[in-house]
Amino acid sequence: MSDGYPQAPSVGLPGRVSIQAPGNPHDEQSSAHPHHPKLQHHFDDMGQQAEASTLGMWVFLVTEIMFFGGLFLAYLVYRTQNPMAFQEASAHLSWKLGAFNTAVLIFSSLTMALAVRSAQTSESRGTQVFWLVTTMILGATFLGVKVIEYSEKFAHNNVPGPNFVWDGQYPAGAEIFYSLYFCMTGLHALHMVIGLGIMTVIAIMAWRRQFNTEYFTPVEITGLYWHFVDIVWIFLFPLLYLIGRHYGGH
Amino acid sequence: MDTLNYINNGHGLASWLLTKDHKRIALLYLVSITFFFFLGGLFAFMIRLELLTPAGDVLTAENYNKMFTMHGVVMVFFFLIPSIPAVLGNFLIPIMIGAKDLAFPRLNLISWYIYVLGGIFTLVAALSGGVDTGWTFYTPYSTAAANSHVITAALGVFITGFSSILTGLNFIVTIHRMRAPGLTWFRLPLFVWAHYATSLVMILGTPVIAITVLLVAAERVLHMGIFDPALGGDPVLFQHLFWFYSHPAVYIMILPAMGVISEIVQAFARKNVFGYSFIAFSSLAIAIIGFLVWGHHIFVAGQSVYAGMLFSIISYIVAVPSAIKVFNWTATIYRGSISLDSPMLYAFGFLGLFTIGGLTGLFLAAMGLDIHMHDTYFVVAHFHYIMVGGAIMGYLGGLHYWWPKITGKLYSEPAAKLAAGLVFIGFNLTFFPQFLVGYLGMPRRYHMYPPEFQVFNVMSTLGATILSVGYLLPMFYFVHSIFRGKPSPADPWGAKGLEWEVPSPPPTENFAVTPIVTHGTHQYAPSKEVGVV
Repeated sequence: MSDGYPQAPSVGLPGRVSIQAPGNPHDEQSSAHPHHPKLQHHFDDMGQQAEASTLGMWVFLVTEIMFFGGLFLAYLVYRTQNPMAFQEASAHLSWKLGAFNTAVLIFSSLTMALAVRSAQTSESRGTQVFWLVTTMILGATFLGVKVIEYSEKFAHNNVPGPNFVWDGQYPAGAEIFYSLYFCMTGLHALHMVIGLGIMTVIAIMAWRRQFNTEYFTPVEITGLYWHFVDIVWIFLFPLLYLIGRHYGGH
Repeated sequence: MDTLNYINNGHGLASWLLTKDHKRIALLYLVSITFFFFLGGLFAFMIRLELLTPAGDVLTAENYNKMFTMHGVVMVFFFLIPSIPAVLGNFLIPIMIGAKDLAFPRLNLISWYIYVLGGIFTLVAALSGGVDTGWTFYTPYSTAAANSHVITAALGVFITGFSSILTGLNFIVTIHRMRAPGLTWFRLPLFVWAHYATSLVMILGTPVIAITVLLVAAERVLHMGIFDPALGGDPVLFQHLFWFYSHPAVYIMILPAMGVISEIVQAFARKNVFGYSFIAFSSLAIAIIGFLVWGHHIFVAGQSVYAGMLFSIISYIVAVPSAIKVFNWTATIYRGSISLDSPMLYAFGFLGLFTIGGLTGLFLAAMGLDIHMHDTYFVVAHFHYIMVGGAIMGYLGGLHYWWPKITGKLYSEPAAKLAAGLVFIGFNLTFFPQFLVGYLGMPRRYHMYPPEFQVFNVMSTLGATILSVGYLLPMFYFVHSIFRGKPSPADPWGAKGLEWEVPSPPPTENFAVTPIVTHGTHQYAPSKEVGVV
């Protein structure tokens, strides 16, 4: 909001910061509108509050990129050091389940966008909650498939650690691949779980008719977060599932 | 008779522990950070006590390792990184930009609780036997060999990192979105610019150390092979990831101090700062270039020589914006009407010590010379000149400068001058001999040393004793001022800036009416507006 303020005229003596009495145009403007119940005391208006929240979420997502970035760097280094082992290990992941999950997540991004839209256009609470719950169901589907994949790895002792078993050519490199696989997808799944938790709260708020054209920032920034989690998966899927395709595998 | 201000607006423990007022949260940080400062100082004192004699007579080698590890962990993560941003930045940024609070007051309080939680983990690690890996947690020692409380301490660092991330996030959004009408970017105080640059480092660097520490924990607990060469991992990757954060972390410590010095120098030379936009942009330059120099920590760790050359050159380049600041402050003081109040004494101390610390950093950035000095006391002396001579001098200077604003009370100026003198003398006596003994070849992190190095170490320990007196003194006159100090007027120094236009201490809402800013906030004399935005 502050970026949009009109440039104050350069009146007054040099070196003076004038604290003006009430009644300046800015205050009249804000007192003309009644206070929105959701407006926190330290913001001037709903626009400033909404822009602060969205910028805050964008900055948070930048930190998330750096957080995952460390893992992607480790992946890059170890894949460069063990190219064959990574292909062999990757071939033991089911690309079909991975592709299914990718589709599920992309579709959930669509429903999330529709949830934001329905709040923004003041649709009925039923519509808002419907899109949110659909998104949550898709997210839960993704996690369910992840459980199937993980349990298969546990069943075959392909989980890194003292009991790691690998009957391929490159057991050491494969163990590093699976260390990264579990760290990266595990951290991603944790983000999904947190997302589902947030969406539960948002859905309850939507059911209580809290969102409309004037106030829908919580839905919007939840959407930003959810899209980010989707995008991380878009990178994880090829890097983990698809690099061993020409090596055979299921 | 007292007017309502943020201190007397609400009483009782709950009104403090559940507050969302940035000024009260700053005081919560002040108390907890002071605790960790003296705890870290205690560990340092044990180190100096051991090194008084060449033989290892006070501590065993293991306990000595734990002492310098806990000293580093506590001082870096629980004092230096949060010190100026969380205390002074928290208190001042909203006031300096004419806002009622930070953009996310509740998040600000949560940040403090996260900091405390991380601190508790570290305290538990210290009390249950300590950590001996060094504050750097180098693998594979930290994941495979060390049998101390690595996980507890590492989790403490991980948790408190989020406090830092959220504080940086809060500052960035606040500075973008909460400025008063007319307060354009180039009218902002340089303190705010410095904190903006610091916040960038906080949000870009801290997540990387978080994931690194998490991977160390995964390797140690779940025996996943990530950094351990026995499991196919690469320990140098850990060093890259670690220093990608931990070198910029030095700028998290020094940039806010630079912001403080910019304010003090203007106020006590009574002049507009020389080269405002150069100082503002040099903060950003340090924040950005600072991310590209981490490789100078691993010149001898098996990094490619060509990478090393590149890191060496960039390390030289990052010194340029720091030098710009030093020259501009000097030019600001030149022909100013200088008053030697205690904050200015700290600022002078900062200028000299930071310059020495910065120039010796160039010695270490030179690859060939670094081979000789790597892991010697020369390195220890260098970074203490930056972190203690720079960051703590800035912190103390800022605390003295804004104390009347924060508490509404004036402290004893003669006592403050004495403390500033003791800190300066004690600091130099502690750390200057370490340059010499390091150059002569005394390695760091040993509890014993050859007898010919004793004279330097005795000087160092003597200096540390004087330094600790210098650090303890403010505790007494600051606390004394709260109960017995004379009330401070709104602007006891005759300084400029929005924070000096509100009462001391400020009211809860900071401003009764949102100020409208028509000129740069720090104009000590008429001058043309800097920059056009």
